[in-house]
Amino acid sequence: MARGTATIMTMPVVVDIVDPTASEADVIAAFNAFRAVDEQFSPFREQSEVSRYGRGGIAEADLSSDLAEVLRKAQVTKEETEGYFDIYPSGRFDPSGLVKGWAIQRVADMLRSRGFQNFYLEVGGDIQVAGHNQDDQPWSIGIRHPFQPGAMVKVLRLSNRGVATSGTYERGRHIFNPHTHQPADDRIVSLTVIGPNVYEADRFATAAFAMGPTGINFIQRQPGLEGYLIDRSGQATMTTGFDDFTR
Amino acid sequence: MKNLRKIALSLAVMFGFAGYIHQLRGDDGIKVPALPTTNTSGQTTGSTTPSTTTTPSISGGDDSSSEDDSGPTGNQTTPTPTNTSANPSPTSGSMMGGQMMGQYRNGSYTGAVADAFYGNVQVRAKISGGKLVDVQFLQYPNDRGHSIEINNYAMPLLTQEAIQAQSANVNGVSGASATSYAFVQSLQSALQQAS
Repeated sequence: MARGTATIMTMPVVVDIVDPTASEADVIAAFNAFRAVDEQFSPFREQSEVSRYGRGGIAEADLSSDLAEVLRKAQVTKEETEGYFDIYPSGRFDPSGLVKGWAIQRVADMLRSRGFQNFYLEVGGDIQVAGHNQDDQPWSIGIRHPFQPGAMVKVLRLSNRGVATSGTYERGRHIFNPHTHQPADDRIVSLTVIGPNVYEADRFATAAFAMGPTGINFIQRQPGLEGYLIDRSGQATMTTGFDDFTR
Repeated sequence: MKNLRKIALSLAVMFGFAGYIHQLRGDDGIKVPALPTTNTSGQTTGSTTPSTTTTPSISGGDDSSSEDDSGPTGNQTTPTPTNTSANPSPTSGSMMGGQMMGQYRNGSYTGAVADAFYGNVQVRAKISGGKLVDVQFLQYPNDRGHSIEINNYAMPLLTQEAIQAQSANVNGVSGASATSYAFVQSLQSALQQAS
């Protein structure tokens, strides 16, 4: 059993492995994997591959396989979300809405390849869980109350799933509607998506949030996804299978 | 022993909150005042979780500005996750410096109005025994005037409900809130007046 926390990409990162054979070295390996993603993908680092690509400084043939993969996945996601998933959210190349979940998913794969089956991985509120927690229970994950700091509005009980929440305040940047290039509809403040893994949850939460209030209808139509949308009057709308995860 | 536990809990809340704020603010962190443990929802002693949250948990009838001088309450129902894996320690040491408990003048102080992007947040801090014992929301983003329009967007089969605040021990928390950052700004401005 091993656990650690760090701040990477300006976000809290939590690695919690319950399997008894886990050691500090496994936690550190996970942190190092996240740091490598940050070096390569951070739009805030001038020399990251993402920043250089955004400036037009990389030929297609010279893209790393990772960035090429992210670009492909972004294109697929855009097609699957009626164009609402956008990697140029404010006119500037920024694939963060997909990279976070993608990175966590890769670290989860690394832990599984090391034989671990019970763990919790988080980067800034996007979470992947496997198996059970140290009390032998599904992992309990609260959804943050958008108006009351420190409070939660729901408690989810998850195993082998991913959860991501898109909110109006995302690392200090506003979410833009890619169709209008205006700030996204501010009638909604938070959309939480539960998916088969955090990569799916993250990319669809990002896209559906940009749709405004009808984003929850979009999530309802996707098999394998459940969602909980909160609007600015404190009213929530949930997909039909969402409550299965709150018992 | 009880004091030690209070201190330990205070530190956990401070670290948790500071770490959370650090998450929001990034590397150029604001100087967050260390927050001794407090009922941030502003409830009076003895109450537990609020049952509705479309209104603030403090209303006019809730007498949180009583003259009780007893300091932080013994009933710590802080809703932050208590599993430490969800609360990384802050990386900035400046969050702790010079703002420890016992530094404030007793009284009630109204913080500046802070912008939470989709509304305003304003808090009033109550100091008793030199410590922060209560925080009230005077303004918070909760625009009920548009609720009729918002109600109409969902497919008919989707369930809707008013969100309700809970406190629970959880392994982790998903989501971020602009209100939290604005809350800290307003609270910090109140505490500056009390210093």
